[in-house]
Amino acid sequence: MASLISCPHCGTRPKEEFAIRGDATPLRPSSMASDEAWHDYVHLRTNPRGRVREHWQHVAGCRRWLVVERDNLSHAVFSVTDAATEVDR
Amino acid sequence: MTAYRLPAGGLIDRSHTLAFSFDGKSLSGHAGDTLASALLANDRLLVGRSFKYHRPRGIVTAGPSEPNALVTVGSGVRRDPNTKATVAELYDGLVATSQNRWPSLAFDIGAVNGLMARFLSAGFYYKTFMWPAAFWEKVYEPLIRRAAGLGRTDLSPDPDSYEKSWAHCDLLVVGSGPAGLAAALVAARSGLRVILAEQDFALGGTLLSETTRLDGEAPYIFARRVLDELQNSPNVTLLPRTTVFGWYDDNVFGALERVQKHGAAVDAVKPVERLWRIVAKHAILASGAEERPLVFGGNDRPGVMTASAAATYANRFGVAAGKAVAIFTNGASGYRTARDLAAQGIGIAALIDSRPDAAEAAPAGVRLIRGGSIIDTRGGAGLRGIVADRGGFEDLIACDAVAMSGGWSPVIHLACQRGGRPVWSDALQAFLAPDVGAGLVPAGAAAGQYRLSACFEDGARKAADIVEALGRQAAGFQAPVVGEEPDPSFTALWHVPGAKSKAFVDFQNDVHLGDLGLAVREGFGHVEHAKRYTTGGMATDQGKLGNINAIGILAAMRGVSPAEVGTTTFRPFYTPVSFGALAGTSVGGHAMPVRRSPLHGWAARNGATFIEAGLWYRSSWFAKGEEKTWRESVDREVRSVRENAGLCDVSTLGKIEVFGPDAAEFLNRLYCNPLLKLPVGKARYGLMLREDGMVFDDGTVSRLGEAHFLITTTTAMAGGVLSHMEFAAQVLWPQLRVRFLSVSDQWAQMSIAGPKARVILQSIVEDDISHAAFPFLAAREVRLKGNLKGRLFRISFSGELAYELAVPAGYGEAVADALMRAGLPHGMCAYGVEALNVLRIEKGHVTHAELDGRVTPDDAGLGHMMGTGKADFIGKRLSNRFGLTAADRAQLVGLKALEADQEMRAGAHLLKDGAKPSTINDQGWVSSACFSPTLRMPIALAFLKSGRERYGEKIVVWDRLRGVETMAEVCHPVFVDPDNSKLTA
Repeated sequence: MASLISCPHCGTRPKEEFAIRGDATPLRPSSMASDEAWHDYVHLRTNPRGRVREHWQHVAGCRRWLVVERDNLSHAVFSVTDAATEVDR
Repeated sequence: MTAYRLPAGGLIDRSHTLAFSFDGKSLSGHAGDTLASALLANDRLLVGRSFKYHRPRGIVTAGPSEPNALVTVGSGVRRDPNTKATVAELYDGLVATSQNRWPSLAFDIGAVNGLMARFLSAGFYYKTFMWPAAFWEKVYEPLIRRAAGLGRTDLSPDPDSYEKSWAHCDLLVVGSGPAGLAAALVAARSGLRVILAEQDFALGGTLLSETTRLDGEAPYIFARRVLDELQNSPNVTLLPRTTVFGWYDDNVFGALERVQKHGAAVDAVKPVERLWRIVAKHAILASGAEERPLVFGGNDRPGVMTASAAATYANRFGVAAGKAVAIFTNGASGYRTARDLAAQGIGIAALIDSRPDAAEAAPAGVRLIRGGSIIDTRGGAGLRGIVADRGGFEDLIACDAVAMSGGWSPVIHLACQRGGRPVWSDALQAFLAPDVGAGLVPAGAAAGQYRLSACFEDGARKAADIVEALGRQAAGFQAPVVGEEPDPSFTALWHVPGAKSKAFVDFQNDVHLGDLGLAVREGFGHVEHAKRYTTGGMATDQGKLGNINAIGILAAMRGVSPAEVGTTTFRPFYTPVSFGALAGTSVGGHAMPVRRSPLHGWAARNGATFIEAGLWYRSSWFAKGEEKTWRESVDREVRSVRENAGLCDVSTLGKIEVFGPDAAEFLNRLYCNPLLKLPVGKARYGLMLREDGMVFDDGTVSRLGEAHFLITTTTAMAGGVLSHMEFAAQVLWPQLRVRFLSVSDQWAQMSIAGPKARVILQSIVEDDISHAAFPFLAAREVRLKGNLKGRLFRISFSGELAYELAVPAGYGEAVADALMRAGLPHGMCAYGVEALNVLRIEKGHVTHAELDGRVTPDDAGLGHMMGTGKADFIGKRLSNRFGLTAADRAQLVGLKALEADQEMRAGAHLLKDGAKPSTINDQGWVSSACFSPTLRMPIALAFLKSGRERYGEKIVVWDRLRGVETMAEVCHPVFVDPDNSKLTA
């Protein structure tokens, strides 16, 4: 686990200020989507080894939701971006 | 007399005498001494007893890897067990006591273990304490733990304070020896922000004990000059007494600074220890090298120490380890020690070199035995002589100390703490740090560069590389002219063949050569297996001294290279760190801060008993007059609310204010029930679901303006709901124009409930709150008498005519007091969360006791709330899935005990009458239960399979935990006022 996270709003902060939600890759399906799509979104996670994209919230800082891209093996953090700017619309 | 203080020399202040005691005996030393050097100066060679055999043990090293000289420093509550005497700074009034002995250090009953040594071999515990299995926890383990001992801690609260600090720097230098000083100086002169950390109380590392001249002067003079320059550089922080114990991700280092561990008096304003987290762009590991002991027969007798320790005690502390020192070496270091001791006038009994054809010359007059070895030692708790093997001939040589040198191992622990494995070097016969990138670079002896000139050059060059990597110009460093230095080479000698008595590999754990042989024979030859099987490398020193020899021996026994055996895993901490430092300021009230409601003072004045709910202290009940039990108070409070009125503090509920043109749309997607058409000035009960269709939280939604809402959450979920909303607003629907913030702490909120609530409330409210003007579920700002603005909500949790009044937090107590005065003639009482709970159970309202994460709105009888016409909301899609709509799901019901003196408790299971208790026969569970003062019987809320079809059925409430079975009748969950006539009165 990284010791420091560079929040795009607050700067480099200790990881204790953040809370992790989990995998940031699944996108919420439309309410009309299939059972399988929803089952996938709510219940299924791949638990990969290596590079992962996760939702982290800077709870003791700006309270923004961030997408942290990191390697869960080497603990290297590649990027930290605001989740709102990540949403593909 | 054996060890003694030399008449002159050393870096101690002989004009400053310090009094201390060891095992009650008064002794004295000098400023600049460690406890170990002072003990030696007082001829105290026996300082401890070994872990397993309770063998007498003396000081082996002059540094942090000491395995034997573990003592308890301090007394009473300020007692630090397992303190290494070799690093403990001597101070006036220091009280030290030996450990692991009874009744005394000199006469120790536990030493009989030594007579039983043949039964206490490696794996003894595993083989002996196997059967019967039940004996392990009750008999064997407590017995072993008592016998195993070492120091005992004081169990009363620590009177001292500790703190944690962050530090940031361009370069962290670990160690202040020649490589560290050169590195720090180059970086400092180049303008880098530098932190130099040194575990010793004096900066300078080996330069303090080295005798090779630098620029024609003693090395400590050179060190002092460099330190003066560093001290005067504003970009440099010097941290003596600071051990860097761990290396973590992102080049964060953990370090322990002993701020006040070197004096008898403690300044309460300052911490005794400070835990540093150092964020370093780069770090240089200049932690030096460790001299290896030699594994020969009787090598644990007090008086046997490493050659560098003997030299350090002589050169730095002015102490002779003995009057006749035998030196046993496998390389040049032994010759250097011989020269140093001879220069101080210390007698040398013999210099024994295991190499038959070494080139070095012994000092004049010293008997040199080449190709020889020590195979045994003689003496009791003190050394009287050695048995030397000289090409098959045995020589008994009288001596009172042995200085041994088994070669050198770079101290590379930090570099291996993040998964990198040490790399074996055949040339250096040692493990070196792996390449762990530019963040942490070993330099000097830690990188296998043992010569002083190489240390200066290596430290300066690596610092210059870092300066340039940071885009700056590296400043120059003129290395001193180093006097004559011996060749640092040695020939590995993992153990000395022909030992005539036990040859110890790990002193602290009493692991000897034979134990390792047994481990290999019994299939535990893997280095990690051997560690567990023999306990070698465990306990406080973690094998700093002994592991390398154990690896060499295992390699030899298995016929492979040490590279193939490898090392055990290096983990933080390098040396032990106190729990106090790790806890920092998070002790007592700081570990669990108290959250008080703005009405706390009001509740306390009215006699509240408080209960902890998370960090909150909530008023639980308000005992009055003769009431002796909580039930008496709660029953009275409930009756008072149902008959007259009551006032309850509900300030702890989460309150979130929501604004924006899309606020209504946002909330409509957040709650399962429709909210778009909620009129301004109205409140509505709301349910939030998780995406999987289960209830997440409940509360009220009040529309204070077209684009302004106020929602409440349960006390426990206030933080979770806010975070959930932030995720929805920022990640799911960032295009919605909505902003919100928590105002939980800004408002004091009180519930006024009961038939007389309106008349009482009206007396302090300026605005008209008659039923016509302020009907059920009205929610808006009101003016109180005295012109204070508050928010009033006509909502009810108790089922009575009720209001919740919110006022700015600071006015809370004054308003509550005014309401109590106004309510007095109407029989109003203060009621707590216990009565609130009884009132809501009677009314069939749910809390998180019911909404436990497995419950759908329909399960809780709230299926009608689902906004099935809404396009989307969180939890909508999966609410329809198979299983959540099954007819036999557990549904919320009420239970009435058939007999009034029978008890029902939450957690009990429901069974059909006559059915055997089993998972298959389980019909549901009780979620909340109480005695209902209104119905005068025990009632409960429960989840029962197809419950809504089973009203009237008699069912068994089976409580195996408390051994109670109660017959109850299933009924509608609303026990009181089912047609809501009271709410709309």
